[in-house]
Amino acid sequence: MSALTLQNITKRFGSTDVIRGVDLDVAEGEFVVFVGPSGCGKSTLLRIIAGLEDQTSGHVTIAGRNVDVTPPAKRGIAMVFQSYALYPHLTVKGNMGLALKQEGVDKGEIERRIAAAAKMLHLEALLERRPSELSGGQRQRVAIGRAIVRQPKLFLFDEPLSNLDAALRVNTRIEIANLHRVLGATMIYVTHDQVEAMTLADKIVVLSAGKIEQVGRPIDLYNKPANLFVAGFIGSPKMNFLKGASAEKLGATTIGIRPEHIRVVPAVGEWQGKISHLEQLGSDTFVYVAMEGAEPITVRIVGQADFEVGSTVGLEADVQHIHRFDADGRAI
Amino acid sequence: MSKARSSVARTGLVHLALGAYTLLALFPIFLVLVNSFKTRAGIFSTPLQLPSAKTFSLIGYETVLKQGDFLVYFQNSLIVTVASIFFVLLFGAMAAFALSEYRFRGNTMMALYLALGIMIPIRLGTVAILQGMVATGLVNTLMALILVYTAQGLPLAVFILSEFMRQVSDDLKNAGRVDGLSEYTIFFRLVLPLVRPAMATVAVFTMIPIWNDLWFPLILAPGEATKTVTLGAQMFIGQYVTNWNAVLSTLSLAIMPVLVLYLIFSRQLIRGITAGAVK
Repeated sequence: MSALTLQNITKRFGSTDVIRGVDLDVAEGEFVVFVGPSGCGKSTLLRIIAGLEDQTSGHVTIAGRNVDVTPPAKRGIAMVFQSYALYPHLTVKGNMGLALKQEGVDKGEIERRIAAAAKMLHLEALLERRPSELSGGQRQRVAIGRAIVRQPKLFLFDEPLSNLDAALRVNTRIEIANLHRVLGATMIYVTHDQVEAMTLADKIVVLSAGKIEQVGRPIDLYNKPANLFVAGFIGSPKMNFLKGASAEKLGATTIGIRPEHIRVVPAVGEWQGKISHLEQLGSDTFVYVAMEGAEPITVRIVGQADFEVGSTVGLEADVQHIHRFDADGRAI
Repeated sequence: MSKARSSVARTGLVHLALGAYTLLALFPIFLVLVNSFKTRAGIFSTPLQLPSAKTFSLIGYETVLKQGDFLVYFQNSLIVTVASIFFVLLFGAMAAFALSEYRFRGNTMMALYLALGIMIPIRLGTVAILQGMVATGLVNTLMALILVYTAQGLPLAVFILSEFMRQVSDDLKNAGRVDGLSEYTIFFRLVLPLVRPAMATVAVFTMIPIWNDLWFPLILAPGEATKTVTLGAQMFIGQYVTNWNAVLSTLSLAIMPVLVLYLIFSRQLIRGITAGAVK
């Protein structure tokens, strides 16, 4: 049985269409990530699933039950918010227990669940503190704990890592991945960060302008993007796009080559350009080459390499790794 | 802090300006207080001097306290003010929450309609209000005053509070909804504590005109049992003879309760006024 089904969901605010017909099926235990640029409707979609926003048309089914008119608290979901959204007047324990108290779960059971969640998230020492006395990372762990104790059918995460600093973000990301493994619960996760999407997801849903562009395993989206949008959005640095003669030769309007599939070679042959910038990360080197009549091309070299900025070099691509797109931007 | 901002001359000038303004604002109050402790002759011969052994007198306070009804007047003023503040805050906050939180047809029109009262003085409607109070039998009751003052205070309260309510995090309210809290619980337990500084600001702005008002007590509740302090003080002012000792003593006494209320709200008020300006 699928954990969540969306049927032709649309949402309009006044005269703007925010969600334009979304169909999706999420299997039980799956970790699904909604990813897309800001304003693509991914958060709105999550809020529709949560019941915080009413869809204009379409149906939401959670664990086989139609929840179109069910209030958020009765949908069997739990949500983690970007700004943590802890109750400022309650202790950590109070924050975690509030929803259960509202549901009328008995006291012993509440204590047991809070203890279990606190142990899982290393919050035991903080249970009596108030949110204002916690650091950002701790607050986010409390917010996750508040979701866990409810034992929901569906976990919803709304950009939970955006407010954390870089190091903490990586740690919390791993913690969330572990959590998914331990709990085996179905999770829907919204982010604009494609690295989070790639590392966490069983299934990525790429959204753009209120429509699903592509759904698939992270690695499939990377290897076989369905269109220009997905090709450009997934992968960092971005895929290089070329138009014109070099594309027509391969029977396409646009061709795309990932930075790691291009090599810098001596300045002979078809593609030549000047090195405009060099980024040395130690493990990788990114070379930016400005070519006439095209966007700058990014080349990724594994390991360390040294080039002189301003020198002219040639570029060569692995032919079998070239992505071809037609005039409408669809992959051929 | 940068050197320029902490220079002595600069801070000195700022303090001079602030000090001058404070003196200007406090001078009339000082005059009232000082003269309330003088004999009638003292008030007129040396109005700007502190009471001396010759001019010192408590005759004003004695007159006021002997009059007997003043305790009732104070009580009336307090009841009217506190009850009005309570209703203004309660209904103002509820309306502000609805306007800022819920999307419904006519939301903007409703907000404008409620803000209209800021621009149109309620006294323009005095005749109609009086007719209404007569028809409902509320003349000479404190309820009449409370109702009018609540109506008078609501527009500004709704206007200020809805602005502050908009700043309360949506995530927090949504977290409450996901956790099964009712809209009332979200309003009273989550949102109200967060807009407390704004509530204190509104309370002070509402309180002072109500406490000082003479118009409506005179028209709607001039009866002996429902007189407020401000109205009560008027009885010492005659067309030909005015008992200045008693008037000044009454006014001095009338400052006290409102000062206490102000002190209660002021800590919150300072935070309210500076909220957003400084982080």
